[in-house]
Formats: sequence, C-alpha cells, structure tokens
Amino acid sequence: MTRIFDDKVDIDLTVNGEPVEARVPAGQHVIDFLRQDLGLTGAHASCEHGVCGACTVQVDGTSVRGCLMLAAQLDGADVWTIEGLSDSETIRDLQEAFIARNALQCGFCTPGMLVAAEELLALGGVPERAAIREHLSGNYCRCTGYEAIVDAIETVARQRAGKVQA
Amino acid sequence: MTVRFGNPDRPNSYIGKTVPRPNAGRLVEGRGRYVDDISLPRMVHVVFVRSQFAHAKILGIDAEEAKSVKGVLRIFTGTDLAEVCTPWVAVLEHLKGLKSPPEHPMAMDRSCWVGEPVAAVVATSRAAAEDGAVLVEVDYDPLPVVADMMTALDAATPVLHPEMGDNLAFQRLHEQGDVDSVFETAHKVVSANFKTARHTGVTLEPRSILVDWNPSEGQMTAYHATQAPHMMQTVLAEHLDVPESRVRVICGDVGGSYGIKVHVYPDEVATAAIAKIMARPVKFIADRLESFTTDIHARDHEIDAKIAVDAEGKILALDVDDWTAIGAYSVYPRTSAIEGNQVVNLCGGPYDFPNYRAKTTVVFQNKTPTCQYRAVGHPIAVAVTEGLVDMAAAELGMDPVEIRRRNMYADDTYPVTSPANMRFEGLSHHQSMDKLLELMDYDALRADQAEARGRGVHRGIGIASFIELTNPSPFMYGIGGARISAQDGCTVRMDPDGSIVAMSGVTEQGQGTEAMLSQIVAEGVGVLPSNVRVITGDTQVTPYGGGTWASRGAGIGGEAALRSARALRDSILEVAASMLQAVQASLDIRDGHVVDAETGAKRMPLEELGRIVYFRGDTLPKGLPRELVQTRHYITSEYPFAFTNGVQASYLEVDTETGIVTLLKHWCVEDCGRIINPQLVDEQIRGGIVQGLGGALFEEIHYDDDGQLLNGSMADYLVPMASEMPDMVVGHIETPTQESALGAKGAGEAGTAGAPAAVMNAINDALRPLGAQVTEMPFTPERILRALGVIEE
Ligand code: FES
Ligand code: FES
Repeated sequence: MTRIFDDKVDIDLTVNGEPVEARVPAGQHVIDFLRQDLGLTGAHASCEHGVCGACTVQVDGTSVRGCLMLAAQLDGADVWTIEGLSDSETIRDLQEAFIARNALQCGFCTPGMLVAAEELLALGGVPERAAIREHLSGNYCRCTGYEAIVDAIETVARQRAGKVQA
Repeated sequence: MTVRFGNPDRPNSYIGKTVPRPNAGRLVEGRGRYVDDISLPRMVHVVFVRSQFAHAKILGIDAEEAKSVKGVLRIFTGTDLAEVCTPWVAVLEHLKGLKSPPEHPMAMDRSCWVGEPVAAVVATSRAAAEDGAVLVEVDYDPLPVVADMMTALDAATPVLHPEMGDNLAFQRLHEQGDVDSVFETAHKVVSANFKTARHTGVTLEPRSILVDWNPSEGQMTAYHATQAPHMMQTVLAEHLDVPESRVRVICGDVGGSYGIKVHVYPDEVATAAIAKIMARPVKFIADRLESFTTDIHARDHEIDAKIAVDAEGKILALDVDDWTAIGAYSVYPRTSAIEGNQVVNLCGGPYDFPNYRAKTTVVFQNKTPTCQYRAVGHPIAVAVTEGLVDMAAAELGMDPVEIRRRNMYADDTYPVTSPANMRFEGLSHHQSMDKLLELMDYDALRADQAEARGRGVHRGIGIASFIELTNPSPFMYGIGGARISAQDGCTVRMDPDGSIVAMSGVTEQGQGTEAMLSQIVAEGVGVLPSNVRVITGDTQVTPYGGGTWASRGAGIGGEAALRSARALRDSILEVAASMLQAVQASLDIRDGHVVDAETGAKRMPLEELGRIVYFRGDTLPKGLPRELVQTRHYITSEYPFAFTNGVQASYLEVDTETGIVTLLKHWCVEDCGRIINPQLVDEQIRGGIVQGLGGALFEEIHYDDDGQLLNGSMADYLVPMASEMPDMVVGHIETPTQESALGAKGAGEAGTAGAPAAVMNAINDALRPLGAQVTEMPFTPERILRALGVIEE
C-alpha cells in the first residue's frame, strides 16, 4: 500500500446547505463519512458495491452511490441528503405521495429511492411507467414490489406537469 | 360488546379503512432509527473471521498479528465464548426423530459451512476490526464435504456429525387412503420432478445487533433487528445466564425481515456474549457477503410427485416425495424441519380428494443452514400441486380453470379436514376463482393469447390456487418445547389529555403493524387513529408476545389490541357514568368524547375525564375503579392454524430464441378474513408476489461441489428490479374467522405462496404447443432454452 493511500485528506464542502470541513481517511466512502462522521443516517449502506441504491445521495445535482464514491472526492462539492431535502421541502410532494400510496414498507430503500426519483422528476414531463421502472433499476426494494413506488412517482410527475401548465 | 362490522356508517369505523401509517412520515424523511444508526458511549465493533472451508478441523488460531492493528482491543475464539454462553440444540419434540447436534455461538474445533464464525475481532472502529480480521490466521485441516442433497444418505457419503449416526435430520411420512392401488387403476397418472432453488431473504438492512451489558445492574440491553424481541429476550437470558427480567430487547426500525430475522444466529449471540465479557456496548452489522453466507437459506427442495385423475378430471390421489437439505445444523429454536413438514401439510391443499401420501426427507450437508423464510414451504407445495393439476388438465384436454373447479372444496362444505389432516374453518376457493376470472377477463386473455400465437409470439396464462397457514397456535412450536409464544398481548392506556397509548407484543418491519393497531385501538376505544400512539418492539414495556411471523400480527396481535381497547373503553365509561350520573350502557365514546349512545350528543371530552381521574380523584366516589389502563392477551384455541386461501394468475411472454420471460401482468385474489386496512393488505400481497416472482425467475444460491458459495453479492444473486416486474391486480373475498371478534387472518405470505406456481404454469402454457416443459426453478433463459432443445448438454 502506498503512503498516499494511508493518508488523511482535508476536504471543504457544503452538506445540506451548511459548510463542512473535515479530515477524512483517504479510503473512506461517502456513505460512511455522512453516516458516521456527520450523523446523517438517512441514507443507508446495504450492498456496499453499487448495486442496490440504498446509499444514493445528491452530489453537485446528480444522484451518486455513496458506497462507490470516496469522501476525499467531495472537496468543493455541494451534497444533499434526505435530511436536507426534507428540511428544505424540496421533495415534500414526493414524500407525501409515497406516504399516501404506501410506497414504502420497511423504509430502508426509501431515502435512496426518493433521491433517484427526484432525479427523474427533475427532467420534467410525465414519464411512461416503463421509463419510471427503468430509471429505478439501480434502486432495489425488497418489500413493496415496486408498483406503489411507480404509482407515487407517476402521480407527482402529473401534479408537477399540471402546475407547470397552469 | 361486538363491533358491528356490517355497518360501514357505525361510529369510529376505522377498521376496514385505509388510514396512513403513523411511522411512514418519519421514514420518508430519513428519520428512521435502524440498529446501525445507534451509537452508544464506549461502543466497540465486532467483525467475525469466518470459515473459508465447508468442513474443516480447526487446528489453531493465531491472533498475534491482528492484535497489533491500531484500535483492535480483543480477539475471541469459540472456546472463549463457551465460558459464558451455553450451546443450543434445535429440535422440537412433536417433530418425531428430528435431531441436530449442540451448536455454539462460534465454531469450537471444527467448522461446518463456509461462513461459520470461527473468531471474533473487537476494535474501536469497524474498519480497524476488519483490518484485524484479515490478519487472524486460522490453521484448517479440510475434512470431506457433504454437498449434494440426494446422495447425503448414501453409504459412500461421509457422515457430517458422526455422533448423530447418519446425515438424516428428519423424516416424515404421511399416508391417507390407498394410494398405491389408486395409481395402478386410475384413468390417467401424471408425474414430474420439481426443483426449487436455494434462496435467501436479501433484506436491504443486513442483520444487525448492538448489545450493552451493565454488570453493576446485571442488565443486558440488546438493540436488535428482529421479528421476535421476546423470544430473543428468552434466548439471551437462558444461554447467557441472566434473568429474563434483566434482558431488554429493543427492536426499533427494521429494514426488512421476511422471516430472515426471526432466528437465533450464532454471530448475534456471540455479540451478546462478547458484550457480557467486555462489559461495554458491542455492535455487529453483517456486511453483504456475510448476509449471503450466514443469513438463513431456504427452499432447497427436490420433489418427485405424481397425480392420479379420473376421466372427469377428479383428483383421485396425490403422491409426493420431497427432499431437502438444511445445511449443517437445524436452526434454533424454530428448527429446520418445519419447511419439509409444511410441504407434507400443504400439498393438495385446495382440493377435495381421498388418497394422499407425502414424505419429506431432511438431510444435513456442509452449507449454510436453512430455516423458515416468507411463506415457509408454501411456494414448494403450491408449485408441486398446481404444476401437477395443470399437467393432468393438459393430459385430459381440459381447461386449467375447469379442472380446478371440479376439485376445489365447495365454499359451503366447511369446516372440513383435508387428507393431510389440516382443518379448514372456512375458505372461499370458488368465489375467489370467480373474482379472479372476472378481474383478468380470462376469455379475452385466451383470445389475446391465440392471436399472439398466430403471430408466432408465445404467451402463456398460468393459474395457481393455494392455501396459506396463518395465526398459528402453540401447535406450531410450543407443543414441541420451544419457548416461542403463540399468544400475544396489548396494553392500552389513556393519558390525562385523553390521548391513547397502545403497547403491543407484535412488531413492525414495514407491514404497517402500527397503523393496523392504531385503527383497531381507535375503533375499540372511540378516538381518532391519530390520537393513538402505538409502541412495539421493547420487551421492557410491551406485554410478552410472539412478535411478527407466520402472518400472525393482525389476527392475534390485532385481536389482543381490540380486546384491551374495549376493556379500556369500559373502564372509561364506568368512570364517566359515575361523573355524569348516567347509566353506563347509555354512554358511548366517539371521536374522543363521551357521548349519549342514543343521540350522539356530546357529554364530556376524554380530556376532562382524564383531568378528574388523574388530578382530582378525591371528587370521585371511594371504591370506584379508576384504572385507565387495560391489558388483554389473546391466543387461538379452536383451530391449530387459521388457513386462508386465494388464487393467482400470471400472463407472460416467452421469447423462444433467447429464453427470456417477460411478465405482462399478474393477478391475485385472496381471502384473509377481515381486512383492517385495505391498502396495507394490497401492498403486502404485491410485495409478497414480487418475492415469489424472484424465486420463479431469478433467485438461486449456487455452491460448488466443495461447498463453496459462488454468488455472494447482489450483483450475482439476482433479486427482482423495478423494470422486470409487472403491474399487479389484487382482489379480495372476506371470510372472517369466527374464532375472534376481529375475524382477521394473515395476509403477509399469500403473494409469495402462489406466484412461482402461477409463473411456472404460464411458462408451460406458452411452451406446451412446442412440446416443452420446465419444472426446475428459477426458470432462467438457459433452462427454458434447454427445455426447448435449443441448447443441449
Ligand atoms: S449500498 Fe451503495 S449501492 Fe448498495
Ligand atoms: S421498503 Fe423495504 S426495501 Fe423498500
């Protein structure tokens, strides 16, 4: 192992709109940094190799797998987690649709699912159900069978499209 | 007083309505509290060194180098933990002949499967413990491996546990009627060999436990992702020598269970043992590879079965020879013989036929132990039964719906006892089938299928009727000596402001237990559901109960909640009658007010009653009972199990060039008795169906001949993704059980029970004109192409 890899790295970033300065081990993943160092336990670690999407957070506007990215890469980044997206009310409509449609059971996949869903919804328009399903292919849910999640996202897409037109 | 369910306009009519789940709001904001979210002062982390061999003698463990890793505090072996923790033996007396050797929390001098814990490294951080674990050197001497199920009992196969005598864990033969002579003379006999693959649950939250031991108080506290906190309390108390009253198991949010988190896992007990030795909090969170190698597996069965029918399609006899291999140990305390036993109990379930023989043979092998996983045994029994029924129909040239209609128990014949000796209180196979055909528009679908076939597109329709075992009595485990509670309790309390707290022994893993309980208590007392705070998953405050498994939460936990709520209502009204100088029977509680039962006129808010009882008790008559808290427990006693029934249908397309199956649509009609919350029931069914579809099309744990697990990651063990799953139509028939006032049976496993059989039958319906048939799950493209003869060995 090289010396550089053992090192700690200083990072300076914004998390949920608040400034964060940290010194992180070079090998630490974003999900561990958020959960263990910042106490942001909303995103979860599950497969730990980029398959299930439970660790999904927003980095510089795109959804990112927290288990695949290193905390050291976050220098200068603008990070949003489910906690910040909730506080800022950015995805309130989506969260309400998830509750109304019971699009979550155990809730372990849900924070990642919401970030992924918001990424799709942010593109605008009302996606086909197949397109919603396709977009969620990187987010596993073992509880719901997905249909309620697809319904909730479709509902919000319609609501938002309606608002835009109106 | 009974609830007038027939009247939807009755006051406080929350049972039967879709109300939102009280815990959903927290979970969508990332405010859940799963075990790994908890950190305690002085907490340390444990990582296990696990056997890399399926079977090996452990000659020595060298931990010196590991100890030098910064942050590593201690390293434990099996013998270290045996000093504070007694071993367990997972047998049940009513499963005659079941045997299994004593099992310790970590291997002692021999490891018996890949993944068995061999040493434990404790460090101040998980990363340090992981670094240490890699440096622990275990000196293994590999032993011969028992990997294959069907040869496990052969004389040439080594005996895995020599002291057990052979590799047979359990065998049961059930025989009713004269099976052999019927098969000799029957109009038609159809036989097939079925295989169901080894599965595991893949809960997104891995198994998790955090145990604290406070020696000065003699108090153990375990934060545990479990379905059965009281069972765990009893187990930890017994094996770690602590009184039950001093073991507190707290089960907060749990990230999926499906039966995986209802068992006693060696590494979790080891974590508790280490906490007791180190006298500080110890956290264990399984990583994903550990989930695959150490979460229980299930459904590894091979079945030879045959059916005899007469010329009219009446089933005359069924003969089932089931084999399953359960790994190296029977799993504590539920045992690993239940799944095979269920296959014997459930085959032929929907049908009225006279002659039945079923045998299950359960063997040991050097693989991960198997045990109860969602819909235990049902998907196997339903696939065998429904597969044979469809094959018989094809043989007779009869429509698959018609053959079922001719054999299903008539809806007005109940109660009946099946040839497997299962007692059915009341089922609705025919009504369910009628509703299914209407929902799916069967005739139109057949027309669509024919039209597609004309274009060379191979579509298939598959039907699967089923029964589901729910609301188990002590006949499931208790009579066999297991300290697993079939009863459950609920305490309901009114606080001074008139708000209600309900504490229940059943638990929440996302099914909506807390919502369901809040509705029942709201209706039972007479308040808004939002005014009921439900508390589950804490053995220190909730009444002793079994937890959530075998679809018992609504039927048993719900009935206990209803009874305690009604009792609290009576207590409140007794006080109210005294305060208002009224006859108690003339009063009622509605929306948080004591009202005149006749007119509904408000007499007094509960808040006022609470103020008087708690703060001005001096103004009430002496001797007036004033307990605004009531506890009731409930156990079923008339029937060993409350069976439910249902029928599913799958419509799919098989690409005969690639072997890929595309699910077009899925239907399920089921009868879980009284429905408390329609939305929650529908989503349980949908989630269950998708778990069944995973088993039908994707899920299979692979081992090589040396007992090495080959696909221990989510990239290699495939579970259903959103893009592969169909939309599902769910319908209901309601036949409430008469055993309880609530009338609810379970709904958690029906989806998983029937989906694989429906898919199998649909694939075979599509392939039949091509002369191909599949019976080995999962139905991968490769297996389908082999069946079609496109690829050959
Ligand atoms: S934990 Fe990151 S994708 Fe699964
Ligand atoms: S809600 Fe449990 S995994 Fe999605």
